[in-house]
Amino acid sequence: MSTAIELRGVEKSFGITSVIRNVNLAVAQGERHALIGPNGAGKSTLFNLISGYMLPTTGSILLRDKVISGLPPYQINRRGLSRSFQVTNVFANMSVWENLRCAVLWAAGYRYAFWKNIDNLPEVRDRTAQILGDIHLIARRDVPAGLLTYAEQRALEIGITIAGGADVILLDEPTAGMSHAETERAVALIRRLTEGRTLLIVEHDMSVVFGLADRISVLVYGQIIASGTPEEIRGNPKVREAYLGEEAA
Amino acid sequence: MSDLTSSAAPPYPATAEKFKFYGLWVAAAIALLVLPKLFSSGGSLTTFSLIGISIIFSLSYNILLGQTGLLSFGHAVYYGLGGFLVIHAINIIGMNKLPIPLPVVPLIGGLTGLLFAVLLGWVSTQRSGTAFAMISLGVAELVASSALILRTFFGGEAGISANRTKLFRVFDWSFGPQIQIYYLVAAWTLLAVIAMYALTRTPLGRMCNAVRDNPERVQFVGYDPHVVRYLAFCFSGFFAGIAGALAAINFEIANSAYLGAVQSGTVLFATYIGGVGFFIGPIIGAIFVTLLSLGLSDLTPVWQLYFGLIFIAVVMFAPGGITGLLMMHRPLLKAGRLSKVLPSYLIAFVPTLAMIVGLILAIETTVHFTVNPGEDSHIKAFGVRFDAANPYIWAMAAILLIGGFLVARKTWTWVGHAWDDATSVAREKGVAS
Repeated sequence: MSTAIELRGVEKSFGITSVIRNVNLAVAQGERHALIGPNGAGKSTLFNLISGYMLPTTGSILLRDKVISGLPPYQINRRGLSRSFQVTNVFANMSVWENLRCAVLWAAGYRYAFWKNIDNLPEVRDRTAQILGDIHLIARRDVPAGLLTYAEQRALEIGITIAGGADVILLDEPTAGMSHAETERAVALIRRLTEGRTLLIVEHDMSVVFGLADRISVLVYGQIIASGTPEEIRGNPKVREAYLGEEAA
Repeated sequence: MSDLTSSAAPPYPATAEKFKFYGLWVAAAIALLVLPKLFSSGGSLTTFSLIGISIIFSLSYNILLGQTGLLSFGHAVYYGLGGFLVIHAINIIGMNKLPIPLPVVPLIGGLTGLLFAVLLGWVSTQRSGTAFAMISLGVAELVASSALILRTFFGGEAGISANRTKLFRVFDWSFGPQIQIYYLVAAWTLLAVIAMYALTRTPLGRMCNAVRDNPERVQFVGYDPHVVRYLAFCFSGFFAGIAGALAAINFEIANSAYLGAVQSGTVLFATYIGGVGFFIGPIIGAIFVTLLSLGLSDLTPVWQLYFGLIFIAVVMFAPGGITGLLMMHRPLLKAGRLSKVLPSYLIAFVPTLAMIVGLILAIETTVHFTVNPGEDSHIKAFGVRFDAANPYIWAMAAILLIGGFLVARKTWTWVGHAWDDATSVAREKGVAS
């Protein structure tokens, strides 16, 4: 199976503080891969590095065997990698419909077009409607995103992330702050929407991680201490000590 | 798929709505045609021409401020350079007897604005926020001061002038009489407004809104926010150039005031007072500010002071501008609850007016003693004569101002309560705000 994302010797330091230390990671095409680790382990930083939001200090990041480290976020996105944010990051004054449509436009090939009426683009309309249905927000279509409930905003966040049709999806704590019922719905949504795509997910909720992931990597103090199937991770004494043990205690 | 689309996507506008939409534009065109028949004096034609120019300029400014979230302090650069180039163009065309009629000359101004926006915009649109605002201010100062240094092109203090009637004529229009200039401005205003409205409804227009709301997120849906800002800046420069060109044609002169900070400030005023959140906002703002500046300057020597006070009041109490205030009432109107708030407005109006009259009296008296202390104290402001040295006038000003404020503050809370009641009823009736 070919690799979707590969990190080779990636390091990131801010001044003398090194946050990510020699991370090597490979996520296979079509795999659902969870990244877990205690707070401050560097999970979000790793996402920022992969998505181009930050530059790695050393090392390289590859998307389908092509180096993407050093590219700006929008070019990485155009190559088929899309990410969500831990803190909801939507277009607050625009309606749900407009939010999703903006996320569809580039992939649909309209780029910076100023000679086309946006309401007369049938394929954009179809795609936006489909995503709107997928994230169950049809009833909230015309509401400004800033006025949605927290769970709705999280759903919209996922909607924007997948709308462009990227086949590598990075989700940063998609269920954080959700109630139990909301989490279950969100997991079902993620499972359905990432069908056939590659998913890299940061998550704190262990039931989500073990229910969703094909493989799990454990990040502690900027280093990956273990990587494997859920069973292997569960049985790994190093992980138990460093992470799961603390959780259980 | 199409079933889903029809249930999930916003419905296409019904025929009646389309009819209403196009009807609005046709009505605007007809209104522009018959306006000179209703107000035919030379003064009102000049006023209408100035309003038209201001509408184009303010809308071009709102492409930056309202639609892309870019606060510019130097928009007059593109307006002014458009104006100067057009004066030179008219002179060149007239001298060489080129077959270019006056009605297409504003396009030269537009292209000039576009060219300079293309040249100057790439660096300044790298960032939004304070960095963009400061660069725009710097560029504006640079261009405005070079207007006084490069005398051969800008004509120094006096500026440069041209004769618009010497150009190639079509339909035997000389463009000497103001009525012909009015129609020229009206036609360009209509065209520019339609073009700028259409721009808001394109993929680029929507991405401008997205960049305004959240430039960071835009990068993760495939767009470079810098390119979006840059393109918006270029369009804005183009339409500002057209406005400057029309101003130059109207006055037959271009001088350094076209490029100055006052011009840049006025367009910010007009746009903000009108309301940046709505397409029609800058149009209302342009009309309001043009009429106000023409009217106030006849009534009082310190009209700019009142201008500033109005601007401060809008920023503090009505950040949505005049249009924002009006649009707030739409849900009430739909729910039929407007009659519940209007009486409270009337009650609040009386003490508020008293307070404003007191303020005006105080300002005019102070102005008399600070600006012309030696002169006759019988002054005239807003068409009313009074003795600025009379202690009764001072007392009246104090009573109106302080008493008016104390009473008005009470009535404003009533307005607030009436407003809350009415909106909660409207919300229960399911009218979205």
